[in-house]
Amino acid sequence: MQYKSRGRKATKEGFAEGLVELGKKYEDVVALGADITSSVGMEDFAKNYRERFFSMGIAEQNCIGTAAGLALSGKVPVFSTYGVFAGIRTADQVRISLCYNDVHAIIGGAHAGVSVGPDGATHQALEDIAIMRVMPNMTLLSPADATQTKLATMAAYEQCAGPVYVRFGRAPFPDFTNSADAFEVGKAQTLKSGNDITLIATGHLVWEALLAAEQLAGENINARVINMHTIKPIDKEIIIKAARETKAIITAEEHQVHGGLGSAVAEVVVHNHPVPMIFVGMHDRFGESGQPEELMRKYGLTAEGIVSKVKNFYEKNS
Amino acid sequence: MNEAKLKKLRSISKEIRKDVLRSLTEAGSGHTGGSLGLADVFTVLYFHVLKHKPHKPDWPDRDRLILSIGHVAPVLYVALAHAGYFPKKELQTLRKLDSRLQGHPGRDHGLPGLELSAGSLGQGLSVAVGMALAGKLDHKDFFVYSLHGDGELQEGSIWEAAMSASHHKLDHLIAIVDRNEVQIDGKTSEVMELEPLADKWRAFGWKVFHCNGHDHKEIYNTIQQAKKKEGKPAVILAKTLMGKGVKSIENDHRWHGKPPAKEQLSDFLNQIEENNAI
Repeated sequence: MQYKSRGRKATKEGFAEGLVELGKKYEDVVALGADITSSVGMEDFAKNYRERFFSMGIAEQNCIGTAAGLALSGKVPVFSTYGVFAGIRTADQVRISLCYNDVHAIIGGAHAGVSVGPDGATHQALEDIAIMRVMPNMTLLSPADATQTKLATMAAYEQCAGPVYVRFGRAPFPDFTNSADAFEVGKAQTLKSGNDITLIATGHLVWEALLAAEQLAGENINARVINMHTIKPIDKEIIIKAARETKAIITAEEHQVHGGLGSAVAEVVVHNHPVPMIFVGMHDRFGESGQPEELMRKYGLTAEGIVSKVKNFYEKNS
Repeated sequence: MNEAKLKKLRSISKEIRKDVLRSLTEAGSGHTGGSLGLADVFTVLYFHVLKHKPHKPDWPDRDRLILSIGHVAPVLYVALAHAGYFPKKELQTLRKLDSRLQGHPGRDHGLPGLELSAGSLGQGLSVAVGMALAGKLDHKDFFVYSLHGDGELQEGSIWEAAMSASHHKLDHLIAIVDRNEVQIDGKTSEVMELEPLADKWRAFGWKVFHCNGHDHKEIYNTIQQAKKKEGKPAVILAKTLMGKGVKSIENDHRWHGKPPAKEQLSDFLNQIEENNAI
């Protein structure tokens, strides 16, 4: 495999590094904290740029509106808290104050997926992709690892002009992408070529998809692997190409299969070149407490989970 | 404020009310009560208080006026047109397809002078807080005026914003509440009691002022008081009558969300003339 893990690192650390870098490079970047500042990777920014950091307390709706006001006055605000609060609790503020006004503001959606672990269902964001991606004007980034999360955070400032949601997680996962690889918003990356089937993954599942492709190679199945780091605008071209060139598309995400990456890909597939699809993700249920790896295993959000679904598909269609 | 100025402002309010009625009648839907009730406050703001340049709507040092209650968009549009932001004849396009005058304000349609797309209640004060924070950070001396309905104060997000405004000592933020004591379902006291309202704002760290929302001089003087920077945001509870100026509909909550019928218009315009003799 072309990619090697350099060790485990939480994607929130990538967000923290990206935010500090933005603060250093751009005077107009300001940040809003909703009490859990250190837990979502904003501590360093708050320390380094004290006058540009605003403590807003546990009041997420107000944070989004305040971000809109800052953005309408020439700032680029970054607001981060757990995704369940950042984008779901605040959906109406995101819809009207941010998206309808189409302001350049960045939401850091932390604690994505079941890999949040022991905190359990209340704190595991599994619906944020679905809700954020239906908002007009929104850009939605879901980077694969810590290194890419830093790049995505930078890109949210440098490549975007409207509201952006950057999704990242809490637990340490393999860090494997190269910081030298360009991160282009809306342009997915083919991490491995292959012409039998295509695995399209986002977030933590990208690494698992790479491992799955390796295992499938042992079964004489040559899988293509695509890192869909931008859910919106989605890279239609790469999806249509995969649909034309491979016999099935498997999506993998740490999110509800309803409304998430799988749905976003399916929308492109059915409009352009229908092929069978398999959805790896949460199937209309809440998460629960447990260790991150235990939960990922239980819900099939692993290389093994992906492989078994692919094999199933081959058995049914042979 | 001298007598000549006062007379001028009263005359503007009268014309604003008439244009509000005309545009709502032409639109065939929309919110008459609150739009008439706020005509005097809007007149004082746009024609005597705000530091603004209608020919240069994006002037960075301008005072900001945030309309949190998007449903009274007609009075905002009419005030903007009278102030010179766009031609008055465009007021007849209110709520029509492809109009820049959306039912609730939408900046995506490009209306000059519009600071915020709004209509979902309870969001404007947060935006005003953000603007005031930006002003403070940039050492600007503009004021942010944020206009609210009293019923709107039932939204919890208002109080999140209120808490943050005093925490950050935003003394260049002035909220104005249209205290007409009426909302769609009836009296605010019956739908959801707001009193003791002044105490609530004080408890959240705000300076509280009261004024008669139809007395131009009093509105102006109260705003001047509120502008004194003392490390706290200020709220003005402006006592108004929903539907003010058209006696036959004043204080009638049924007029919150409907326009005059075509055959009512001339009667309503006459009432405005009679009730606003200068």
